[in-house]
Amino acid sequence: MSNLALIATLLVMMALAYHLGLTRSRAVAAEHDVRMHSRPGYYGVLVALWCGLPALAIFLLWSFLAPQLIDMLVTQQLPADLVAGLSDRELQTLLRRVTALANEQGVSGGGSPEELAAAGHMARLQTIENFSLVALMAVLVVVGLIFARRRISPNWRARNQVERVIMFALAASSAVAIFTTIGIVLSMLGEALRFFSFISPAEFFFGTVWNPRFSTAGASSQGDFGLLPLLWGTMMVSTIALLVAIPVGLMTAIYMAEYAPPWLRNVAKPVIEILAGIPTIVYGFFALIVVGPFLSSVGDLIGINIRTTSALTAGLVMGIMIIPFVSSLSDDIITQVPKSLRDGALGLGATKSETIRQVVLPAALPGIVGAFLLAASRAIGETMIVVLAAGNNPVLHANPFEAVSTITVTIVNQLTGDMDFASPQSLVAFALGLTLFVITLGLNVIALVVVRKYRQQYE
Amino acid sequence: MNIPAQPMATSSVSVGSGESRVSKAKDKVKMNAQDVKVFYGDAQAINGIDLDIYENEVLAFIGPSGCGKSTFLRCLNRMNDTIDICRVEGKITLDQNDIYAPDRDVVLLRAQVGIVFQKPNPFPKSIYENIAYGPRLHGLARRKAELDDIVESSLRRAGLWEEVKDRLDKPGTGLSGGQQQRLCIARTVAVSPDIILMDEPCSALDPIATAKVEQLIDELSESYTIVMVTHNMQQAARVADRTAFFHMGDLVEVDTTDQIFTNPQDQRTHDYITGRFG
Repeated sequence: MSNLALIATLLVMMALAYHLGLTRSRAVAAEHDVRMHSRPGYYGVLVALWCGLPALAIFLLWSFLAPQLIDMLVTQQLPADLVAGLSDRELQTLLRRVTALANEQGVSGGGSPEELAAAGHMARLQTIENFSLVALMAVLVVVGLIFARRRISPNWRARNQVERVIMFALAASSAVAIFTTIGIVLSMLGEALRFFSFISPAEFFFGTVWNPRFSTAGASSQGDFGLLPLLWGTMMVSTIALLVAIPVGLMTAIYMAEYAPPWLRNVAKPVIEILAGIPTIVYGFFALIVVGPFLSSVGDLIGINIRTTSALTAGLVMGIMIIPFVSSLSDDIITQVPKSLRDGALGLGATKSETIRQVVLPAALPGIVGAFLLAASRAIGETMIVVLAAGNNPVLHANPFEAVSTITVTIVNQLTGDMDFASPQSLVAFALGLTLFVITLGLNVIALVVVRKYRQQYE
Repeated sequence: MNIPAQPMATSSVSVGSGESRVSKAKDKVKMNAQDVKVFYGDAQAINGIDLDIYENEVLAFIGPSGCGKSTFLRCLNRMNDTIDICRVEGKITLDQNDIYAPDRDVVLLRAQVGIVFQKPNPFPKSIYENIAYGPRLHGLARRKAELDDIVESSLRRAGLWEEVKDRLDKPGTGLSGGQQQRLCIARTVAVSPDIILMDEPCSALDPIATAKVEQLIDELSESYTIVMVTHNMQQAARVADRTAFFHMGDLVEVDTTDQIFTNPQDQRTHDYITGRFG
């Protein structure tokens, strides 16, 4: 029985259980001639949950554990001379071939007699496993159904129990996001540690040369993995982006929040927010094809040598991209400043811009700083624009008109193309990713703290 | 409070009181409103009000919620300009000059006609900066010492100096509600206006803080003209020289406070002060 059919059957059983619970609760109510604690629907739901949840839990547990158990049993059955002298990875490959054969998929070379025997064994085990799962689930469904149905009585607080199940379901959903984050961090950490077994952390964090060589060049030439040129490039591009986005974004926000007539605000705000919806790859080739050559020709005009792909090009376009982040968040924060404060300043004879500069902005400042930090972490993590427009030149220099490379670009470079995942050339991507993650996490945490502090002021 | 006891002329608008409070001439018209109408979009909030406001008097506006008393008060220093859909018609003069004239500088008008709001709204700055904000704005002090003087005298006038003199650098938002409201009054006083408008200045305060603010209003009326909106009729009776009763956007009756509360000429005023509605 396929898993899909199994789940479908389970759902049908739960629907049936719901109906049984519903009718049973009505019958009990009529029999005792009392008001039940909960409405019939709740008894139905509860019976359905008793019927379905334990079986579902077993199903998930089984799907997770059974393949491992089968692999273990099959490995034990393999002829000793076949297994002897195999490394862990080779054993894994062998098991994959056996699994494929057992599922009647072809493998390269057709499979040796030993493999075929093991595959037959595995197929038998899988059949047993499948049948026992179905049997176990069927038992749980029936037992749960009968147990819950018999418990229906006027005093059974079905409504409160359903409420608790809902709470657990909601908590489980939140846990998904949290555990995913933790999982990603842990896996990055693990791979990064493997990288640091090749290259010492000091060499990585304080190295000033980035020249990783190709992994195919052989183990003799390991290359230099210095983070600093990349970090510097990231900071340079992000700083240029923020220098563009913060003034423009903030002034946009002030105009939208304080000066723009309602009709203009209603039209302009969505249009500005569209900027945030443009795919970053589009910004990237816009930078490469339009902005880069334009800046280069402007440079010629005033006698500065500006490369077409440079930190300036990437930073400028990235700055335009994050304007909506700054303006939208700042706008919300400026609008939140109570009108009474504005009235207070206006009532003392302040002009509109004096009121905004001296009263509204200082009051909103912590929140606006929070918006800036969020924009900064966005800029640091941005990839596509810099891949296309920054020039991929991981060299430590201070000239914004020259090409640079960033952490994100380097991750892309290290993980594209033919590669060996065990080499430091690929593993460095995890170390870089972790560094990036720590930086943006730090900025986000600071932003959150600042914004929270701000909130306390008016409440 | 010394409220005149003799019966006044029944003419509702122009009341020529000779002797309300001791030693105060109440005959000089400071502000004058003629046929003032206010619209919010298409809805008319005020239907043509005529009113004289005399120098150094305390004038209270009373009336049920939504009767237009706050709206009218806010016309007197053009705070309604900050509301986009609000439109004012008619003529309001301050010292015979039209305050809605096209060449009138609204910023200077508001320095001359200060306003204190219903809810205390100190700036999120220090106590000192709260007071110093207005004088700085208008360049009232050349040196730090002069500014210090203004801050001290304003706080003294608002009866707050003794309570805050040791913590002038602490945030104004950290004061209690009543202290905040007196801080806001001190802030208004610091730009030395002629007239102080107060929009229900005590409605967010407890009785003790209210008593302090009322006493303050009494003291301030020595040097300023005060126009206040209040929901509290006892408060009007306690502090106001004259009282104006608003209803449904009309100025029903204005007279000495005593007259309004003991011998109202209009049935609506009578019903309101005796608690029939409102």
